[in-house]
Amino acid sequence: MKIKLFAIAAMTAFATACASTPVEVEEPIPAPAPEPVAQPAEPAGPTAGSPEHFVATAGDRVFFGYDRHDLSAEARATLRDQAAWLATYSDARIAISGNCDERGTREYNLALGARRANAARDYLISQGVDASRITTRSYGKENPTCTESNESCWAINRNSITTVSRGYTN
Amino acid sequence: MIRTLKTFILAVASLLIVPLAATAQEPLRVDITQGHLDPLPIALPEFVSTGEDVDEMAVEITRVVTNDLASSGLFAPTDPAAYIEVIESVNQLPRFEDWRVIQSSALLVGEVSRVEDGRLRVIYRLWDTRLQEQMIGGQLTVAEQNWRRIGHKIADAVYERMTGEAGYFDTRIVYVAEGRSANGQTLRQLAIMDQDGANPYYLTDRSYMALLPNYSPSAQEITYVSFLDGQATTYIYDLDTGRQEALFASGGTGAASQVDPDGQSLSARFSPDGERLAVSVETRTGHDIHLFDLRTRSLERLTRHPADDVEPSFSPDGERIVFSSGRSGGSQLYIMNADGTDTQRITFGEGRYTTPVWSPRGDLIAFTKQSGGTFSLGVVRADGSGIERILFEGYYVDTPAWSPNGRVLLFTRGEPRADATRYEIWSVDLAGFNLRRLATGGMASDPAWSPLID
Repeated sequence: MKIKLFAIAAMTAFATACASTPVEVEEPIPAPAPEPVAQPAEPAGPTAGSPEHFVATAGDRVFFGYDRHDLSAEARATLRDQAAWLATYSDARIAISGNCDERGTREYNLALGARRANAARDYLISQGVDASRITTRSYGKENPTCTESNESCWAINRNSITTVSRGYTN
Repeated sequence: MIRTLKTFILAVASLLIVPLAATAQEPLRVDITQGHLDPLPIALPEFVSTGEDVDEMAVEITRVVTNDLASSGLFAPTDPAAYIEVIESVNQLPRFEDWRVIQSSALLVGEVSRVEDGRLRVIYRLWDTRLQEQMIGGQLTVAEQNWRRIGHKIADAVYERMTGEAGYFDTRIVYVAEGRSANGQTLRQLAIMDQDGANPYYLTDRSYMALLPNYSPSAQEITYVSFLDGQATTYIYDLDTGRQEALFASGGTGAASQVDPDGQSLSARFSPDGERLAVSVETRTGHDIHLFDLRTRSLERLTRHPADDVEPSFSPDGERIVFSSGRSGGSQLYIMNADGTDTQRITFGEGRYTTPVWSPRGDLIAFTKQSGGTFSLGVVRADGSGIERILFEGYYVDTPAWSPNGRVLLFTRGEPRADATRYEIWSVDLAGFNLRRLATGGMASDPAWSPLID
């Protein structure tokens, strides 16, 4: 019963994609644009080289398909922007966290999240970012950006998020 | 015939059962291998109090026994309002007809008293009302603060006598209590409680996330996955002292040198002898199953596959390990020898199989299966036949945990709500009956069930 209600809600959200067919939660859908991150309301925008500047100019996260850890063309483009930013601000260090949607068991998702973080890390290294500047971790499904039980939330939560820190070396 | 109870002065503090001899030619029996559509009606009149200072204890202990037996689904406590005979002494011979007429096949009577050193003593007898014979009798003495355990011990004795198998009521459960901080962050702390939900308290604080606890065979320690160090790390936690430590430093030497120094380590399960742990550790090529020797502190790698091998669990004889792996594409379950040889796939169905946990009886492995939008809790035979049985289907299932006698499974169950999925711990028996929510205070997940406590 509850699943049916949920399915109706999901169908409403994706009326154009699946108006007449049952919801097929295993079907990957295109990753949505990243959620806008709160910006300081300064007309000049974030300070160049700041973590906020990284988010605004390169984008801090890339998205993955359901149960996938391979990088889409869009994800690679975002990571190239991240690598370019990191080339400019060469003292910046980054932590990459891998995240999953809630449609998987806990330990499985911890492993999958690690694969996602490592995929982003490996691509950044291939784009010239020194491995010593990068740490990775997996949060599995434990740190979702979006908590609602629907496919649009799940797609947002299948990601790796790059967090920049500067001003210290360890 | 009434047998005289012998009174023993117990030199050792704590709990002791003194069985009294009693035989019945054709005893009542509860068959727990079948679906128990017909639970055994049992009368549980309030235990007799021998003094005002134990009146309340007598009521409460009776309540503990009654709740335990009812929760198993194998017993149906009869309505006390219908009781005809008043039990005034544990030594009186019941008027069996009075109990038969209200359809009580079994009758449990008890008597609570306080002994000289302040401890509580309970004497009890279980009667077969048709054969008019005592099935078991015994006495227990316990420090007052452990009074609930008397109830659990008596319920275990009744369960064992009626089913022929050990009970599981005098046990504890460690789990993840889920809460929310003031700023909306999800908190996940380890908590422990008695099997029936009594005496809950936190084991870890709010400052870091704790997941996936597992009990040691001695019930003295647990392992769990801690985010104390920033990422998933296997910890071992002493329940007596509260002392905890990371199982091994990442990037170890020797056999551990393949471990990714930046990698995570996951849920560790004890070998039946308590001397080793099986655990999935992130290597440079993915996650692989490792053995950690608790005496030598050495880590041995058992699997070397580019796919992720996770969630290892020992067979009860310690000879084999079941784990889940994506080596065939989607996640399926595999068994190997405990030295890493002779790997064999044991699930073949559609969907994603995860969270294998070997039954304490050895013949079955519990799992979670995800297929389409549905999650299932199931058991599959360990013999490689691929024969499986689904016990529960729902929106979300995770982390099965066996009762010590292998007859009941606890599991995490999730149901979607408007703002977020709600997680609770539920239990179901091996026949797929008696689905019940575990009495945790709030949202809860990741149950670990202790062995029977001595």
